[in-house]
Amino acid sequence: MSWEVVTDLLGLLNYWVVIILMMAGFYVVIAQDNLVKKIVGLNIFQVSVFVFYISMGKVSDGTAPILEEGIEVYSNPLPHVLILTAIVVGVATTALALALVVRINHSYGSIEEDEIQVIEHDEEEIA
Amino acid sequence: MSDPASFSDPWLILLVVVPLLAAPVCVLLRSAGGAWSTATAVSWAVVGIAIKLLITVLDQGQVYYRIGGWDAPWGIEYVLDPVGAVVVVIVAVIGALTMPYAKNSVEKEIRHDRIYLFYAMMLLCLSGLLGITVTGDAFNLFVFLEISSLSSYVLISLGSDRRALTAAFRYLIMGTLGATFYIIGVGLMYQKTGTLNMADLRTIMPAVIDTHTVHAALAFLTVGISLKLALFPLHLWLPNAYTFAPSVVTAFLAATATKVSAYVLLRTIYTIFGEIDLFADFPLKPVLIVMAVAAMFLASLSAIWQQNIKRMMAYSSVAQIGYIVLGFALASEAGLAGGIVHMVNHALMKGTAFFAIGAMVFATGSMTLRDLQGIGRRMPWVTAAFVIAGLGLIGVPLTPGFISKWQLVTAVLELELWPLAALILLSSLLAVIYVWRVFEVAYLRPAPLGHHKPAEVPLSMSMPLWILALATIYAGANATFTLNLAHEAAQQLMGGL
Repeated sequence: MSWEVVTDLLGLLNYWVVIILMMAGFYVVIAQDNLVKKIVGLNIFQVSVFVFYISMGKVSDGTAPILEEGIEVYSNPLPHVLILTAIVVGVATTALALALVVRINHSYGSIEEDEIQVIEHDEEEIA
Repeated sequence: MSDPASFSDPWLILLVVVPLLAAPVCVLLRSAGGAWSTATAVSWAVVGIAIKLLITVLDQGQVYYRIGGWDAPWGIEYVLDPVGAVVVVIVAVIGALTMPYAKNSVEKEIRHDRIYLFYAMMLLCLSGLLGITVTGDAFNLFVFLEISSLSSYVLISLGSDRRALTAAFRYLIMGTLGATFYIIGVGLMYQKTGTLNMADLRTIMPAVIDTHTVHAALAFLTVGISLKLALFPLHLWLPNAYTFAPSVVTAFLAATATKVSAYVLLRTIYTIFGEIDLFADFPLKPVLIVMAVAAMFLASLSAIWQQNIKRMMAYSSVAQIGYIVLGFALASEAGLAGGIVHMVNHALMKGTAFFAIGAMVFATGSMTLRDLQGIGRRMPWVTAAFVIAGLGLIGVPLTPGFISKWQLVTAVLELELWPLAALILLSSLLAVIYVWRVFEVAYLRPAPLGHHKPAEVPLSMSMPLWILALATIYAGANATFTLNLAHEAAQQLMGGL
């Protein structure tokens, strides 16, 4: 492998991290039965998107976009600002999800998806 | 990016801001009555604004508003065209009818100390749905999508059955995945185009369409939106969410939320990717058509076996979404018009159906077919309204369902897709079966012992129900208005192709 290929791959390091995080998070959401772990997975999934947006806005050798002498190359601030919004949305979603888990635990006595499904199935039989 | 013919209109921003600001007011009032009055007043004000906007749009062609005075594509722009205006009016009117209906229904189904929060959430959801429809900015759309989604998770979890909690949780997981897929798509597009404005995206897109980045973006957008739209097979969150949510919430969401998601799909395909013949260059058409047909059949089949009338109608919604998406996927003017007309008609029919079910639940406390035996004699008016909606879902002549299915079949025949026309008719037969099951239970079975007395619902519930039912009848009997509007909108959307 020539050096160029290696540096190219390393230059895309952020995006490799994004893909790994995204798939790991997605897998956890699907595979885990524990509702809290599902939320953790969902968070990992969302964080991968944050990293993706932040990497996207970065310009090589660029600094923060400040109007001052000597600063000519700067990163694109727009994706960074967008992701602030997405982070806020993510926090709200997590808070609501955790609140729901607390309520589910109160009324079912369990936060394991498979156990809850058994309880719900029995309820459906009675109804 | 608006052409000189369009018209700047501050009402566009008020449409979103008024309910958004009223929501915290409801929380501060902390009283059920106060919150109800605020929500009702605001939702009717929103109807006024929506109708005013519709008139302006029909007159001027397009209306825009630039937030903070920043010109597009740098600033966030709100744009409204005929399709958007129709969706806005539907959402506003259903919202306004929901509020008076909610007063009695909610008192029975939601704990008293939570009622003011319910109205705050309803207003947030309303504001989010309207925001999605009017925004011309792809990222701003995500923000409104999350406002409406987060509030609808809360609304669903307010259901009295504990299964409402798990239904809300599952919807939250699926909905968040969908919304996150959507921003991944938007991010990928931004990487290639450097813009978030939909009209701007449209002009830049042809230059970058042949890149993997944009292909990936299209895939992420389609899957993300389909999740929110509950397009088969991504509909798994919908039946339980609709079944266990409070009756009012089901009626509101069934009539508005999926329609708004359908509108987002429309915007993505025909505005953002409007300059590109997506259906010729990508396998999007067969994929969407197969999913739509699968939804029409499998969801209708599931509906037939349900014992719970709310869940039956929820599956029916999944099937009806199939018809809407089918219309969009045909990529012809007639097909698009069919999809848009069905979007309007389905909102009216499902709104009526779920309002009627809500009234039955209010009077009998049950939503299983077994307990609703003989309901046609106990609640003749409510059941009659349900019958109107049910006939519409089948597509009986003189009902709105007939108009949209006729339009769809015409479109399909125009493209000479004969088997598809047969499938549309066959799937309607499945609707006959599930709707007939309700008719049989309601009219032909004797009422359970000790339940012979006529059941009453308050006027605040029967009025909104019958307003919607009459609107349904009107949309079926005089389809020229909706059809013309849909054709005009379809022409405008197809113009780019």
